[in-house]
Amino acid sequence: MTSLLSQSINLFAVVLLVLAFAMIAQRRILTLIHLFTLQGAALAAATLIVGYLTGQHHLYFSAALTFVLKVVLIPILLHRVILRLNVRWDVETLFNIPTTMLIGIVLVIFAFNLAAPIAGLSTSIARGTLGIALACVLLSFLMMIVRAKAVPQVIGFLSMENGLFFAATAATSGMPMIVELGIAFDVLVGILILGVFMFQIREQFDSLDIRHLEKLKED
Amino acid sequence: MDPLLFVLAFPLLGGVLLALWGDRERAGDLNAAMSLLTLAASVWLTAIVVRDGPLTAWGEWFFVDPLNVFLVTLTAFVGFTTSLFSRPYMRIERDHGKMTPGRMRLFHSMYQLFNGMMLVALTTNNLGILWVAMEAATLTTVLLVSVYRTPASLEAAWKYFILCGVGIAQALFGTILLYLAAERAIGGGDEALLWTHLAQSKHLLDPEILSLAFVFLLLGYGTKVGLVPVHNWLPDAHAEGPTPISAVLSGLLLNVALYAVLRCKVLADGALANGLPGRMMIGFGLVTVVVAAFFLSRQRDVKRMFAYSSIEHMGLMTFAFGLGGPIANFAGLLHMTVHALVKSAIFFAVGHAAQKAGSQAMEDIRGLLKVSPTVGWGLMLGSLAILGMPPFGVFASEFLILTTAMREAPWATPFLLVALGVAFAAIFGRVQPMVFGETSLRPLAHPPALLPVFVHLGLALMLGLYIPPYLDGWYRQAALMIGG
Repeated sequence: MTSLLSQSINLFAVVLLVLAFAMIAQRRILTLIHLFTLQGAALAAATLIVGYLTGQHHLYFSAALTFVLKVVLIPILLHRVILRLNVRWDVETLFNIPTTMLIGIVLVIFAFNLAAPIAGLSTSIARGTLGIALACVLLSFLMMIVRAKAVPQVIGFLSMENGLFFAATAATSGMPMIVELGIAFDVLVGILILGVFMFQIREQFDSLDIRHLEKLKED
Repeated sequence: MDPLLFVLAFPLLGGVLLALWGDRERAGDLNAAMSLLTLAASVWLTAIVVRDGPLTAWGEWFFVDPLNVFLVTLTAFVGFTTSLFSRPYMRIERDHGKMTPGRMRLFHSMYQLFNGMMLVALTTNNLGILWVAMEAATLTTVLLVSVYRTPASLEAAWKYFILCGVGIAQALFGTILLYLAAERAIGGGDEALLWTHLAQSKHLLDPEILSLAFVFLLLGYGTKVGLVPVHNWLPDAHAEGPTPISAVLSGLLLNVALYAVLRCKVLADGALANGLPGRMMIGFGLVTVVVAAFFLSRQRDVKRMFAYSSIEHMGLMTFAFGLGGPIANFAGLLHMTVHALVKSAIFFAVGHAAQKAGSQAMEDIRGLLKVSPTVGWGLMLGSLAILGMPPFGVFASEFLILTTAMREAPWATPFLLVALGVAFAAIFGRVQPMVFGETSLRPLAHPPALLPVFVHLGLALMLGLYIPPYLDGWYRQAALMIGG
């Protein structure tokens, strides 16, 4: 049973990585939010299992926090934002999926190489997955770079946060509770501010295209 | 009675109070009063530290030592003078129709919270909380940068949020790696991220983990410091936000971010013992100084130009701390202090000058001395001070940095001298016609509060001629603590 559960940590880690790739390749904003919700759920499940296997009870709390924040609150906020902004069915066309995927694969290899020596030093049960966590962070990073619309950029930002939370679980037995609470609070406030912000951008430019935001150049 | 409690409670309380108070008649006064209370509490805290030495509070979650005590006072002081400056400044902005009552409420409330978050970041002993407070300080200022709702300000704020968010995420990864090293060395739990505990057993931390952690921490917090190549948010945010915010971003937030880097450097130095962190900081610092100096000479917007000057000076400090050793560290700490004072003074003068001209473009600002001699002289003296003219304090710190560089890293000095020369020619050449000559500027509707400008410049002058013994003692102790 225990070995089955510790295997399932790896399974959830892979799910996280696959979802990160799926997000990179996804053009439709609504589907992107669904993928993000799934990623949050996978993260919460992985945290829960690590907590159960190691007997670190504060990880239960961390899993609950992730669930409430990443699976319930933030997706609800995002759905409301895209509904009010009327971008629910928006499709982003201006990026090349195969090239982005290839760059993504290179990033994953890079992340695994970077994490390999350090993962061996970790005492956590999920140490093998540190490379995956770092890969998720870098893939979200890539997504933020290639996307030209505000909502996908924000989702990239949030999914980077997912990767970081998973890194904390994979490398250590979870950050101290107070720090984790603080981070969660920052993320929540951040997403609220971004929400306000998207309305301001929309009001000003009649569009959520970030390419309007490239006027401030060095002359 | 714990003065630290008041230092942290006043600004947070002020943020709530001003949010409730809204844009009534006395909101500006209330803002200044809360900042004055914070300053009083931090002076009290300083007095206690002078008397009893470093202290820790509340189960070691917070601490005050020679490295952060002067930064706390400096932050509270510049926070207070900026609140004085912002009273007439924001009133004029409202008369010009740029600020609505809702925006004024946001400005005052967030200004206090911003100050509070910086003070939390400075005094916390927990590196995780340090991260949380740094991120919170960014979040409080994002909506202030876009407060005018112009296309340019929205763009600046979006860049600020996204770039700093990505940067700070890297710092979080670095913090996680640090926690991993700490877990192996001193066991996990709430104490494992306390800086004082980590510093005691820094040689036990795993060097391999720490070198990777420091790369992430330097890049992450370095984004906030404004190090090239992750500096892009800084000039936009400074130029497009309201001037009081530019002043506190330049004078305070950048310092707090550099302070975070220094705390991490102490740990990395202890674990690595190969000088890698120092060399990385020398590299980033030098590139930053040179690139910023050349960008600076191409600017047309006065606030952008001084924002690049801030990047240049932060690079110089990073370079100094990278060199390490008692003298360069001393110079770096002194430079942090005088740069904060002088740069905020310059932004105060520049803010009013831009209001008179109705534009931030330097060619529209002409002959300040004719319309208001105080703004003109403030800008002129401030520029001379920031360019490192004796007898201002910037001269003393730059002189120390350069002489140490000649001894420790002679190859770097030509780059530094060229960069400082380019910056001098650019800023001096631009400021001169702005101050002297014929004018077409309008007088202001409300008398500006220019006392802060001259108080700041007076203090910078004093630090160039005479450093009080306790301040000197802190700098020396902190310089030893940073080591390197």
